[in-house]
Amino acid sequence: MVAFDHVTKRYSGSGEPAVSELTFTIPAGEICVLVGPSGSGKTTTMKMVNRLIEPTSGRVTIDGTDVMSLPAVDLRRRIGYVIQQVGLFPHLTVAENVAVVPRLLRWKEQRIRDRVDELLDLVGLDPATYRRRYPAELSGGERQRIGVVRAMAADPAVMLMDEPFGAVDPIRRDRLQNEFLRLQAKVRKTIVFVTHDVDEAIKMADRIAILQKGGILAQYDTPDAILAQPASEFVERFVGADRGLKRLSLGRVQDVPLIDPVIVHAGEPRETARKRLEEKGEVDYALLVDERRRPLGWIDRRDLAGDGTVDPAAATPGAPTLGPESTLRDALSAMLSSSVQLGVVVDERDAVIGLVSVDRIGEVLRAPVTAAPVG
Amino acid sequence: MPDEPLIRLDWIVDNLGEIGRRLGEHIVMTVIAVIIGFVISFALALLVRRYHSLAGPVLAASGVLYTVPSLALFALVSYTVLILVRNVLTGLDSVPPDVSEAAVGMGVTVSQRLWRIELPIALPVIVAGLRIATVTTIGLVTVTSLIGQGGLGYLIVTIGINQFFSTPIYVGAILSVALAIGADVALLRIQQVLTPWARSRAG
Repeated sequence: MVAFDHVTKRYSGSGEPAVSELTFTIPAGEICVLVGPSGSGKTTTMKMVNRLIEPTSGRVTIDGTDVMSLPAVDLRRRIGYVIQQVGLFPHLTVAENVAVVPRLLRWKEQRIRDRVDELLDLVGLDPATYRRRYPAELSGGERQRIGVVRAMAADPAVMLMDEPFGAVDPIRRDRLQNEFLRLQAKVRKTIVFVTHDVDEAIKMADRIAILQKGGILAQYDTPDAILAQPASEFVERFVGADRGLKRLSLGRVQDVPLIDPVIVHAGEPRETARKRLEEKGEVDYALLVDERRRPLGWIDRRDLAGDGTVDPAAATPGAPTLGPESTLRDALSAMLSSSVQLGVVVDERDAVIGLVSVDRIGEVLRAPVTAAPVG
Repeated sequence: MPDEPLIRLDWIVDNLGEIGRRLGEHIVMTVIAVIIGFVISFALALLVRRYHSLAGPVLAASGVLYTVPSLALFALVSYTVLILVRNVLTGLDSVPPDVSEAAVGMGVTVSQRLWRIELPIALPVIVAGLRIATVTTIGLVTVTSLIGQGGLGYLIVTIGINQFFSTPIYVGAILSVALAIGADVALLRIQQVLTPWARSRAG
């Protein structure tokens, strides 16, 4: 747990403080993204955690211990540090770069070797291939990965990341972000992450601290809560006019109460199918499925009129199928471009779980947001 | 003697001992001058790094020292200092700021940063200065025999010019040049072996 308690940083010779009276707590195992325009003191705030910058007043504590009470060098060895330009040591191999902090902590050589291989594996770089390479022999994305695992080498509980994916192209950045989130789900570090990119903040954060000029905390909350209820006009402008759409990227199909579909099978009497559809009332289409409940297409109410059996040839194919983990944004996009504006939610065996509609998504967005409790 | 050849091999064969001794003196004087110069430069450069206000005075003084025509060794050393102080400083300044920042952020101490990070990274630039200093010193040692020191200059000046005899002049000159080229190549090789990382570039 990292806590800021009335932290102010004032540089000599400048009137306005760089950081003003910051008070907030980052629960253990969460990613807290510091975001704000330039001059909002986000990097300064981050650097006060490992004493690269020292507060003028107030306290920064890690698990209750004031960082100023520890020798700076010892403190820093216990905190992972990742910067935008990575800063790999060009004269050291990948393995030696990763081993820097464990060596400073005087780990046994065998333990260091095992740890290096474990970490390289963790980010998908084959140790046998990469161990002996020099930074100049790596691609930008590989360097970035090494920078991250180097910071994790001594298994610190707290990590500081200053625009860690800022120097790579958008496609690679997206991949590195996803990879890092998967990694974080396993390692559960307490992370202070600095960025100026709101979208990155929304994607990466468990909690976002929005800072404004002079290092004033404008809002500290979950991404969803900030997008749903911006605390001020500044926050509202900063997160952008499309904050509704941004929230869609946060929500998952599994968060939406699904509609029970009316299921019909090929060859079943139209009359019984029609009755089930009428009882349901909410949708005008029945979902035609195969014997393993996999969706085949939609049967219009009108195609169920009269006698006889359900004709599979009458089905409109192309129902968008969605996994429970699809984002609401992807779901909406698929639904808007299909003929029937319903999404079919399927499990990992492609069997139908339920339906999602545009209205249902709207209801989720309108529901009041309750902020997750801190601590 | 109009038939006198430019180079008399028989003289070379007869005087191999003398030539070898002068070559040895030459090498010893060069090595001593460069090593002393390097140690002084290194200390001065670190001093300047620590106390930035010393940069001007130290660089100026290293330039002035060189112009003082006094003891041969002193002149040789001060020339080495003139070149190397600047190169050591340039080398240390060439360390990318993100590398230094990462080092500090990871909990590397000030002296660990200097010895384990900054100096190794500065090594190619420092060795480049060392090569210039060594080659120049080899040339300067030849000239020092004008003021009565040994070395290959002794063959050229004392035996050759003073006795109007061309063979030792050629021998001295060719050996000086060969020594300079050899030292340069050797230092370059040493640098390449010490800094394998500086050659590898992403393909």
